[in-house]
Amino acid sequence: MGKYIIKRVLYAVLTLAVVITLTFFLMYLIPGGPFLSEKAPSAATTAALKAKYGLDQPVIVQFKNYVVNMLGGDLGPSLKQRGRYVSDIIAAKFPVSAKVGGMSVVVALVLGIPLGSIAALKRGKWTDKIITFFSTFGIAVPSFVMSTILVIIFSISLKLLPTYGLNTASSYIMPVAALSFYPIAYIARLMRSSMLDVLGQDYMRTARAKGLSTFKQLFKHAMRNAILPVVTYLGPMIAYTLTGSFVVEKIFTIPGLGKEFISSIVNRDYPMIMGTTIFLAALIIAMNVAVDIIYKLVDPRIKLQ
Amino acid sequence: MNNMNDKKPNPLTLQLDVSAFVPATQEEKENLVVMRDSVSFWKDGFRRLKKNKMAMTSLIIIIVVLILAFIVPSFYPYDYKTQIRGSENLAPMEYSDTELKSMEAGVSVFPHFLGTDSLGRDMSVRIMMGSRISLLVGIVASAIICLIGSLYGAIAGYFGGRLDQVMMRIVDMIYTVPDLIIIILLTTTLKYPLKSLAESNKAFAWINVVGVGLICIFIVFALLYWVGMARIIRSQILSLKEQEYVTAAKALGSGSGRIITKHLLKNCMGMIIVTTTLQIPSAIFTESFLSFIGLGVSAPMPSLGSLADTALDGISSYPYRLLAPAIMISLIILSFNLLGDGLRDAFDPKLKK
Repeated sequence: MGKYIIKRVLYAVLTLAVVITLTFFLMYLIPGGPFLSEKAPSAATTAALKAKYGLDQPVIVQFKNYVVNMLGGDLGPSLKQRGRYVSDIIAAKFPVSAKVGGMSVVVALVLGIPLGSIAALKRGKWTDKIITFFSTFGIAVPSFVMSTILVIIFSISLKLLPTYGLNTASSYIMPVAALSFYPIAYIARLMRSSMLDVLGQDYMRTARAKGLSTFKQLFKHAMRNAILPVVTYLGPMIAYTLTGSFVVEKIFTIPGLGKEFISSIVNRDYPMIMGTTIFLAALIIAMNVAVDIIYKLVDPRIKLQ
Repeated sequence: MNNMNDKKPNPLTLQLDVSAFVPATQEEKENLVVMRDSVSFWKDGFRRLKKNKMAMTSLIIIIVVLILAFIVPSFYPYDYKTQIRGSENLAPMEYSDTELKSMEAGVSVFPHFLGTDSLGRDMSVRIMMGSRISLLVGIVASAIICLIGSLYGAIAGYFGGRLDQVMMRIVDMIYTVPDLIIIILLTTTLKYPLKSLAESNKAFAWINVVGVGLICIFIVFALLYWVGMARIIRSQILSLKEQEYVTAAKALGSGSGRIITKHLLKNCMGMIIVTTTLQIPSAIFTESFLSFIGLGVSAPMPSLGSLADTALDGISSYPYRLLAPAIMISLIILSFNLLGDGLRDAFDPKLKK
């Protein structure tokens, strides 16, 4: 087990190193330095500014400085938000995104798993048909389409829910619904097929034959095995929720990291783009490693290498 | 006299009936053949696909959308970038004052089925053009993915050993990279070098025609999205390369390249087609996402994502402007998903009854 974890973590670190290098050099390639604006500053000012931010040094040295600073938690200053540091902005904005994202992940699991199981248990009945229809449909609808449809129905037509911000509890409903719609559908599909697979297994017949209650059959035998594919989906789901938040936060004007990232792209705030990219990439890679390790832990059938 | 002919022939007679020895006609010969035409893999697959109502409906929808996107705009009375003065912000089927006047004068005016946008551009033709871009992205990106992924997977699977190990480790690494974030990063950064390349070198002027945004999307897909395909094809090749016909081909002296392209890849064609079809909706998904956050195709070229993005500003006054591209995009993704599922059911030998 220890060997597997070490191997997995090493891969993750290597991937992250590649991502960081790629990010840095891609950003470096963009023509027109950060101090270029309509009012061109004098050569002396530019030189002074460059010296201040260490931009007059060779690329390799700049890269080394960036990595060293990053390891110390410093991602450089934001270019557009004067006097603020990228790491501070991320620290301030990420909790908002994490709250909405975390809620969506929980909602997706809480709704998706039962829906999929019910569909499998009622195979071929109308409940199954409705759930299958819903999940097929849910996978085809991008989150921005879902959010806008929700806005049109609940805010514009019915005037029930607020369109922007996160001021009241009810303002969480639409963003969370929009973000979790796709994962719910996906998990329901996944759960249905794995549940069908499990229900056909020999040990389920044994469980029935020895007279276990339906409750025990389902929760002790079926569920525990059927839920494994959902565990593997956790990693991609977290990545989906994080990137999906860009769109959802834009639509509902939620002051989270996603909205900040989009506006930094529009404003060409390069240190901010770089910092957020690296932060999110690190987060997603770390989550993937964690999920992989959890998967190995919960499924004893997988031989540990 | 006629009685002779009517009489039943004596069963014990040795006189032979000449008519029984006439050569058989072609039709009679065919009736005797017990074997039917052998059903090829493709025929068999399509026969099963035809029975799948969902997949066939999706196929029809896709064909209709393809016609709307690629053929109809060329003879449609309105153009996606022409701004008609005086007919800004029309509701669906509404006519502007000037159009109403010319209608009274007896000139027939083509209706704006979905209204016009804030610049007076006809929405229905813009949606059709948007679908064209989205479909183009989906199809071209999937073709790139199919090409790179299947070749990479086939080479890794066929040669095996150390080479396979190294190649698959690279795939593993790309697999863990958070794709959308890298896509955003690459599209923001690649724009400028591509633009300067198009301006400085005549040979690359086509970049501006296709649009920098679109090319970025293609590059990114080519870099990141082929890994899933490569994994699937590799596992197929691993089992296929043990088959007798590969040994036979080797014995006959064909080289590795020929075995891979002529024998192995041809035999996983079903899998390749299914995976490619299922790639199309995911590419369209990504493109619409990028366009929606303002990174996709550049104006005035519409894509379904950017149409939804612009409609977002006027959502409370003109919700239908958002609904039209939203429904279109969901319809396209849904149809391709269902068609892909149907193709998989039809061509996967494991599911054969």
